Order: sequence, then C-alpha cells, then structure tokens
Amino acid sequence: MEGFRSIFTHGLMSFAALCMIICCLLIMGSFSLVAVNLDNMWGRYEQQNEFLAFVEETYDDAQSRGLERQILAIPNVKSVKFESKGEAKIAFAEGKEENDLYNSLPDEVFRDRYHIKVDDLEQLTATVAQVEAVPGVADTSAAPKIAQGFVVVRNIASGVAIILVSILLLVSLFIITNTIKLATFNRREEIAIMKMCGATNSFVRWPFVFEGLIIGVTGALLSFFMQWGIYTLISRAITGSDTMRLITVLPFGGMAGNVLIVFLVTGFVIGVGGSVLAIRRFLQV
Amino acid sequence: MIRFIDVYKSYDNGTKALKGISMRIDDGEFAFLVGPSGSGKSTIIKLITAEVAPSEGRLMVNGYNLNTIPPRQVPHMRRTLGVIFQDFRLIEKKSIYENLTFAMRVVGASPREIKKRVAYVLELVGLEAKADRRPDELSGGEQQRVAIARALVNNPSMIIADEPTGNLDPQRSLEIMMLLEKINELGTTVLVVTHEKELVNRFAKRVIAIENGRIISDGLGGYYNNETI
Repeated sequence: MEGFRSIFTHGLMSFAALCMIICCLLIMGSFSLVAVNLDNMWGRYEQQNEFLAFVEETYDDAQSRGLERQILAIPNVKSVKFESKGEAKIAFAEGKEENDLYNSLPDEVFRDRYHIKVDDLEQLTATVAQVEAVPGVADTSAAPKIAQGFVVVRNIASGVAIILVSILLLVSLFIITNTIKLATFNRREEIAIMKMCGATNSFVRWPFVFEGLIIGVTGALLSFFMQWGIYTLISRAITGSDTMRLITVLPFGGMAGNVLIVFLVTGFVIGVGGSVLAIRRFLQV
Repeated sequence: MIRFIDVYKSYDNGTKALKGISMRIDDGEFAFLVGPSGSGKSTIIKLITAEVAPSEGRLMVNGYNLNTIPPRQVPHMRRTLGVIFQDFRLIEKKSIYENLTFAMRVVGASPREIKKRVAYVLELVGLEAKADRRPDELSGGEQQRVAIARALVNNPSMIIADEPTGNLDPQRSLEIMMLLEKINELGTTVLVVTHEKELVNRFAKRVIAIENGRIISDGLGGYYNNETI
C-alpha cells in the first residue's frame, strides 16, 4: 500500500521512470523484432540457396556423373543434384515464350551441371573455391557477394541492437534508481525511525521494491501493447507496398507470447533491481 | 543490562570519541549520562543502539554481544530498547495514534495487540484524549510524551533518552523527567543523556559523567553537585 501510494506522491519522477522503461522496451523490442524477421528471411534464403557447378565440355555423361561423390565430400556441401545437358536445355526452355525455338537447339549447347546446396551460407566463398578445384569442374555460378552482404547487414543489425539495448537498459535502471532514491530520501526520517524501532531491512525495503515492481510491470505491459500496434502498422505498410513486397514480415501474433515474457522480465528486473540499488544506502542505519 | 568493558571508539576521520569506557547499568536502574558537547555521549548512544561498532573492548546490551552480533540480529536487539530523541522525531503526516501503531507494525505486532498496547501507553503518558491529533497540533512537551509513548509501545526492557528535555521549558522538562521516573518504577531501565545540571540535581539518581571520551565520575548525583560543565 505504501509503495502504491508513493508512486502518486512522486508522480513526476514515477512518470519519468515509466516513460524511460517504455522507450527502452520499445527500442529493444523493435530491434529484436527486426532481427527476428531478418533471421527468418535469412533462413529462407539459406534454404533456397544453391549454386551451379558446370562440368568440362569434354566429359561424357558417365564422367560427369562420377564427380558427384567428390563434390559431396567437400565440407559444407549439403546436397548435390546432377542435371544433364538435355535436362538443362528443357529447364532453360521452360516458361519461355516460343520455347519451340529452344527445343530445336542441340543438347551440346548446354553443359552438364550440378545444383549444389550448402549448410552455412557464410562459408559460401570457401565452398565455391573447393568445388572449382575439383578436376572436371569448369566453372561455377554463385553470388557470394550477395550472401556476404546479407551476413554483414545481419551482424551490424545485431551489434547495434545489443549496444543500444544495453545502453537503454542502463539508462532505465539509472532513472528508476533515482526515482526510488528520491522517494527514499523524502522518507529517510521515517526509515530511520522504523530502523530504530527494530524494523528489519526487508520490512523497510518491501514498499520501495513494490513501487519499482509496479512501475516496471506497468511499463512492460504498456510497451507490449504499443509494440504490437507499431509492428502491425509497419507490417501492413510493408505488405501493402509494391517496392517492398519481397520483404516477408512475420505476424506479431506468433511472437506475442515471447515478446510479452521478455518485456515483463525486463520490466521486473529494471523495476525491482533499481529499487534495491536505491534503498541500499538508506538501510545502513 | 548494559555492559561496557574497556571500550574504545575511533571514527574513520581519526576522531577518538571513546578512550577506554567501562561501566555497567543493571536492569531496573535509572541513570543519567552527563558531559559537555563532544565528550562522547552520542557515541555511547550509537554504540548501544548498534549504529556503530566499538573499535576495541567488549559491549553487551540486553544479552546481545554487540561485538559479534550478526546484522540480521540487530533489529531484534533494538526491539529491547526504546529510544527518545531531543527533536522528538515523530512522523508529521501521521496522527499520534498512527505514530504509535506504526512503531508496533514495524515489529509485526497483531492488530489486537496494537489496539490494547497503544491505549495503555497513551493513558500512561496522559495523551489518550489527543490520539487523533497530528504532532504539529501538540506542544513540545506533549510531542515528547508521544515520543516516550512510542519508545514504550513495544514494551522494551530499556529506555534510552538522548537529551529528552533539550527543546522544552523547565516545567515541561520536569514533567518529562517525572514521567521517565514513573516508567522506571514500573520496571523499565532508563538511561537519560543530558547536560541540564538543575534537572539532574533534582533527582537522586546515579550520574555517570564523561569528558573527553573517559568516565570521570560515576555515583549518586556526585558530579553535578560540585562541578559545573
């Protein structure tokens, strides 16, 4: 009850602490959700990821097929699929207008090839080099720069998110610690009397911890609903836009439970941790 | 019972507040602790209430060894003491009744106990008719009575009064001292820290005189009868 009353007694500082927690959680949440979406897109890209290895033109069908085992033995190669010259021609002609023209081409215009999938996209460059080193492989068709770009973007986003979230967590902790410290300072005489009457530290601490808890959990709940709203608005804008339709946005509903848990735990830690830090000095009577 | 055995206290800034204090105050006694400013009286109170620890020597208070007391035991030791201050230290926003119930709530007393005990101490200090007033509506003497009631409300075995009459006129001071004497007659040990010569001399009680961190006399009314501070 004392803790609850104290929130209103120190309304402005409590409001400042609440706003700080909301800002912190919203920025933390937004970065995390962007990271989750990037990760999802990355996963899909990885699943689809394959490159082609073209076989020397001088190799006959049996020789070409014989390369499969060597390519599969290369680390990071997940699977290989052989495509003969004829199959390559059919695949090339598929979906093209006037494909009768292509059908009349001789098979030798195309080369035997392997569709190679990898486990780890970050090691694509090394894997391509190893495949190219296999005798009989004439050339490859891969886009390691695009893959590398993706890795860099994801790493930068994760790094920035971690730094920003850490700074915001510290700032929130600082603000809430000061809020509770102010409340404690105003009541230091009362605390001294309580201590002199034989109150235990936990008895004195509890109202302040409760105050921090209320601010932290309220901030977490408000942030959660605000995050939901902001995310929904942005995802609608992305899916409705022609220029950004390649971006796949995960629905918030599927992540809501996890987001709520992370927000509540963070709010709890900031609120209760801030209070415990603030009251510590005043208990040494 | 309080027992100081060759107690020294030095602060971090180098001040040597106590230099070998040895004294004993038995259960049921009434004693004055007198001395000029800076003599070490406040340090003795702080040591008894475990606000500070002795640098050397042994100190026992109501069965607790304050040299080795674990921090979690300090609140329990303090419940055996009732402390009264010169500036009353009442909570201004609470009524007299609430000030007393507050002191009992912090030690976990039941509502039934609180109701019974608060009524008793209010009657003892003669303020039962003013229970719903706030401290700023009372005179200085009445406020000190409330502070005495608060010190008594948890039924401590000892009352420590730190300059209890420092803010009061002679008549109110005498009333407060008589109230403390009455409390002592009911079985509570009372230690009064003061430098009011005339007041001490009106009571034929034990006087422990301290100066420059050392006890210079200890006996029935002895020090103030012959000396001035």
